[in-house]
Amino acid sequence: MNDKISKTEGHHNEPTKPALTPLGTPPEAPALPRGDEVIHTGPEFAVGEGDVHSAEAGEIVAGSSLWKDAWRRLLKNKLAVFGMIVVILLVVASLIGPAIIKRATGYSYDLIPRENALNKSFPPFRGADGSFSWIHPMGTDNAGRDILARVLSGGQISLMVALISTFVSLLIGISYGATAGYLGGRIDDLMMRVVDVLYSLPYIIIVIVLLAMLPAKTPTGQLAELFIALGAVSWLTMARIVRGQVLSLKNQEFVLAARATGVTTPKIIFRHLVPNTLGPVIVYTTLTVPTVMLSEAFLSFLGLGVRPPRVSWGSLAAEGAQNLAIYPWQLIFPGVTMALMLFCLNFLGDGLRDALDPQMRRE
Amino acid sequence: MSSSNGELLSVKNLRTYFETEDGVLKAVDGIDFELSRGQTLGIVGESGSGKSVASLSIMRLIPNPPGKIVSGEVKLDGDDLLKLSTAEIRKVRGKRVAMIFQDPMTSLNPFMRISKQLMEVTQLHLAYSSAQAYEHALEMLEQVGIADARARADSYPHELSGGMRQRVMIAMALSCRPELLIADEPTTALDVTIQAQILELIKNLKSETRASVILITHDLGVVAGMTDHIVVMYAGKIFECAPTPELFARPGNPYTRGLLRSVPDPTAREQKLYQIPGLPPDLARMPAGCPFAPRCERAEEICHREFPPFVQLAHAHFSLCHFANEVYASAESQTGSRISPPDQA
Repeated sequence: MNDKISKTEGHHNEPTKPALTPLGTPPEAPALPRGDEVIHTGPEFAVGEGDVHSAEAGEIVAGSSLWKDAWRRLLKNKLAVFGMIVVILLVVASLIGPAIIKRATGYSYDLIPRENALNKSFPPFRGADGSFSWIHPMGTDNAGRDILARVLSGGQISLMVALISTFVSLLIGISYGATAGYLGGRIDDLMMRVVDVLYSLPYIIIVIVLLAMLPAKTPTGQLAELFIALGAVSWLTMARIVRGQVLSLKNQEFVLAARATGVTTPKIIFRHLVPNTLGPVIVYTTLTVPTVMLSEAFLSFLGLGVRPPRVSWGSLAAEGAQNLAIYPWQLIFPGVTMALMLFCLNFLGDGLRDALDPQMRRE
Repeated sequence: MSSSNGELLSVKNLRTYFETEDGVLKAVDGIDFELSRGQTLGIVGESGSGKSVASLSIMRLIPNPPGKIVSGEVKLDGDDLLKLSTAEIRKVRGKRVAMIFQDPMTSLNPFMRISKQLMEVTQLHLAYSSAQAYEHALEMLEQVGIADARARADSYPHELSGGMRQRVMIAMALSCRPELLIADEPTTALDVTIQAQILELIKNLKSETRASVILITHDLGVVAGMTDHIVVMYAGKIFECAPTPELFARPGNPYTRGLLRSVPDPTAREQKLYQIPGLPPDLARMPAGCPFAPRCERAEEICHREFPPFVQLAHAHFSLCHFANEVYASAESQTGSRISPPDQA
């Protein structure tokens, strides 16, 4: 049904719009529609009619829901579609790429070749003998490890950090913001002042202190700490957004109706209010992912994030930066991959915002 | 459940005040009324007369702050609702007392399927399993006249029309077979043809479930056909209460008379519609005497000075007016109410 509507829209827009006539000459009656066009006077009319008919017939109209509408708007946004495709490609490549490389060439992200002759940095597409070869499309690092495998494995870690930290921030931000907004009054004041105080502290210092205070024994433990630390500082804006939404929602009658049926406060917050904040939350989440990813890269660059032998885009860039003058490919490939991912995530986030909140869209 | 016949609800000296920057706003100021089992009570009044606040006070749903129930007693079958703990009042809400709201467009959660919203009530109060609750939800939807309930149950509120949404609200309110149903202007947001259907539905369901109903409205035509007893509110006070036929035939209060005269008369074509002059008083700055005195045709000097007495005119007929008896006596000859009192079938 949706497809039909958008087609008629495109087709009839021009003829239905009365053209402005210059110099006050009375507008001529619109040219008589040709044959089959008589029935469809305009897209709105067609939609209304269709609905009435199906309602009369007693069947259920699968109305175009918020999500379907949003999806259609998103697909119209070329930049967002491009972003979505690149993000999906990069995610898929990160997930299955390392395994394919291992099978094809035998290299994995931490494999250092046994022969001493190979323990040096080869440029892209160069084999051991200096001739063209497909074995290292991005070259190798100082120890002879395949950079493509490292970039893709680093992608896994970077994505994981970004997703899990975002999830942590969602969890804290939504419950905190919704609770503050719904309870209101003094509790709200108190809770939001805490957020204000945390806002005023430089977040990177909090993360550094958190990471320094909890020294991890294993690389995995270190990773888990990174998730928590990044999540713990990135929930503040989420809490504010959710609180604002809840403040405007809580005076609606459906909340009163829920209270009048005896629903408990936690259930009102989490079953009735939180789902209604979903739109802005999704939008902000898609914009949080790149931010967190960048923070992770920053921390890894400083040596506080992911530790060897694990790699992330940030730690790869840090390594590459040391040899920039001699082996530029060690920095270029991880850097470009990460930049591409961040750009595309932001395109996608912008697109989602426009799609889910049509009022805010700039024309 | 002790007394099977007789009073279900008795409200005594209920006062609900709001703290505002302008001072204390006495939204409901000492009202008393009673409601017998199986009866329908109409609460009528202009906007801001305190009728909605009164009903929310019964359910203890006044937002606090700024609102507060200052004093009073709300006895539902002997239990004082104002003295219950938060957990106890929650068990009363939706189970023993249910409520329908004015605007069906906003009183359903837009993000929940209607089946879910209907199931929530029975799962909460009757501890139904989700399968039981779903079946019950379908039953209720059929009962309120939604055709093809099984197919409709999983739609979202925006897929239903206003009238259907109000039916869903009624289904939700009656799910647990409440003893008391409070309908706060249930038809105000609906168009006229749907209004009649919804009122008919409430009437039928009321007799089926033998619930008592409080119907809050500013539409005298609605209360005329639906209620046994009417309470007229103005500025947070009860101005008159009487059995419905009596109130329409012999109003004992100038305010009620004004209200009755301002109902358009379909037979008199050219006549200009009567209108009570002025506006309701600012609740934060109440005049010393009768709150209606500045707008009253009958007002004399005493009205501006002294608060009027609550005069009994007949059995169960009271009026808050210095000249209640006089107005009552003259009523029969004059008014000849254009809304014919309903025949009590």
